[in-house]
Amino acid sequence: MLDDFFTRALIGGIGVALVAGPLGCFIVWRRMAYFGDTMAHSALLGVALALLLEVNVILGVFAIATAVALALVLLQRQAQLPTDALLGILAHSTLALGLVLVSFMAWLRIDLLSYLFGDLLAVSVTDIALIYGGGLVVLGLLAAIWRPLLAGTVSAELAAAEALNPERARLVFMILMAAVIAIAMKIVGILLITSLLIIPAATARRFARGPEVMALMASGLGALAVALGLFGSLQFDTPSGPSVVVAALLLFAISLLSLVFRRGERVLERSL
Amino acid sequence: MATAPQIVDPEGNSAGGDAPLIEAQGIGVRQGARWLVRGVDLSIGPGEIVTLIGPNGSGKSTTVKALLGIIETAEGRLQSRADLRIGYVPQSLAIDRTMPLTVRRLMTLTGRHDPAEIERALDDVGIADLAERPVQQLSGGEFQRALLARALVRRPQLLVLDEPVRGVDFAGEIALYELIHDIRERLGCAILMISHDLHIVMRQTDRVVCLNGHVCCSGTPKAVAASPEYRALFGARAAAALAIYRHDHDHVHLTDGRVVAQDCDHDHEPDQATSMPRSDRDAG
Repeated sequence: MLDDFFTRALIGGIGVALVAGPLGCFIVWRRMAYFGDTMAHSALLGVALALLLEVNVILGVFAIATAVALALVLLQRQAQLPTDALLGILAHSTLALGLVLVSFMAWLRIDLLSYLFGDLLAVSVTDIALIYGGGLVVLGLLAAIWRPLLAGTVSAELAAAEALNPERARLVFMILMAAVIAIAMKIVGILLITSLLIIPAATARRFARGPEVMALMASGLGALAVALGLFGSLQFDTPSGPSVVVAALLLFAISLLSLVFRRGERVLERSL
Repeated sequence: MATAPQIVDPEGNSAGGDAPLIEAQGIGVRQGARWLVRGVDLSIGPGEIVTLIGPNGSGKSTTVKALLGIIETAEGRLQSRADLRIGYVPQSLAIDRTMPLTVRRLMTLTGRHDPAEIERALDDVGIADLAERPVQQLSGGEFQRALLARALVRRPQLLVLDEPVRGVDFAGEIALYELIHDIRERLGCAILMISHDLHIVMRQTDRVVCLNGHVCCSGTPKAVAASPEYRALFGARAAAALAIYRHDHDHVHLTDGRVVAQDCDHDHEPDQATSMPRSDRDAG
């Protein structure tokens, strides 16, 4: 079954979506979308450094994304510049550094587009093992810090007053984000990772009554988007990564429509 | 039937008793080069109600946050009992609409609790019927009650209330204070409260600490109200407001309709019965 490239892509993509769902919810709740984007942009620098030092690319991306997250935490303490300015500086300078570094390595003919937009159809059995192994570790750690992270998201002061150490949970969460970006990069690419984190979570918000339910629904909706996107990509011969994001967007649009219809029904009821 | 084991826990004993729950000596909090508060001595014993008052920007919230370990102190000594259970009701809490959160889920935000206990806590604050309601749809008063229930379900040894009636209308404010009063009677937990409401300070507090960047005065509500530092800080009008309020409890009604205060620390001039309120004369 794993011989088929399409099946491998499907299994790998769904694995990434399952992990991305709950993390994406926290990104939405904590308003960290640009933070996630910044970490993802730095991934290309990680790729370049990994190729230069001849280490595993996923490890390289994980290390650089973590470093960028920690750099941001330290820079925020200085408080000379607002966070959005810091994010802008880090996101684009790391992307530019990555591009410059790649151009230096003329001996490597790397396919830049596959890193920027993903190459879902080149998912290997090793990749699948990494996605599921890494994904299980990420989800296990997320479950371990769930309560302090959620309480800290509602109110960091409340969580700190009641001895939950929200600051440590936040740091662990950033490292988990770096890990997800590293394993998701191959599927949807550096420029589209954040969308796989955010769009299913935003879609789930319309239907969920509790945070845990929203996290599970985000996983399911993400997996559905991967499946729809891949079949669409096969059908219409479109690039796989962007197709997955378009499918996620369609699901989000449907969730918005359901809201409009519900409102419409209410208006209709009132007029009758 | 086996008899209950008599376990003597020396550590547990030494941690209990009348030893203060939290004790601060000369703590100070600095922001850059500026001291937000400095030299604060404060201790809260079991079952004690301590209220912090002071003008805006006097460091009331800062002091509370330092005591709770939310922000770091730059100097001084801060000690709290090991495994002190705190229930905290912060001053302002805006729960983002992106987070789906019902009142019931809010109750277990910082710890696991038995469903029956959650039900009881919600019932105690009078919002049992709102358990499944998203917190974003609650009114100001209902939300404050939900936050209070959330703190109570933890069975705290110390309940910390940072301006608990903020954003609540006047009628709701009175009801909320009544509720807090009830809670103290029933649970016997210590309460550390920040309040602007001087009447409440008078009625329900063991000790008032008046802050203005430092502890400007502290003691029983009566002693604080009478102290010159308090008058200097809040002005004579506020001091008079406290004094007038105190008369509500310490006066007698005469048959001719006059009201005569008893047991007062200051002079009365009963024959100067003008319509001008006393506070205005004091201010003038």
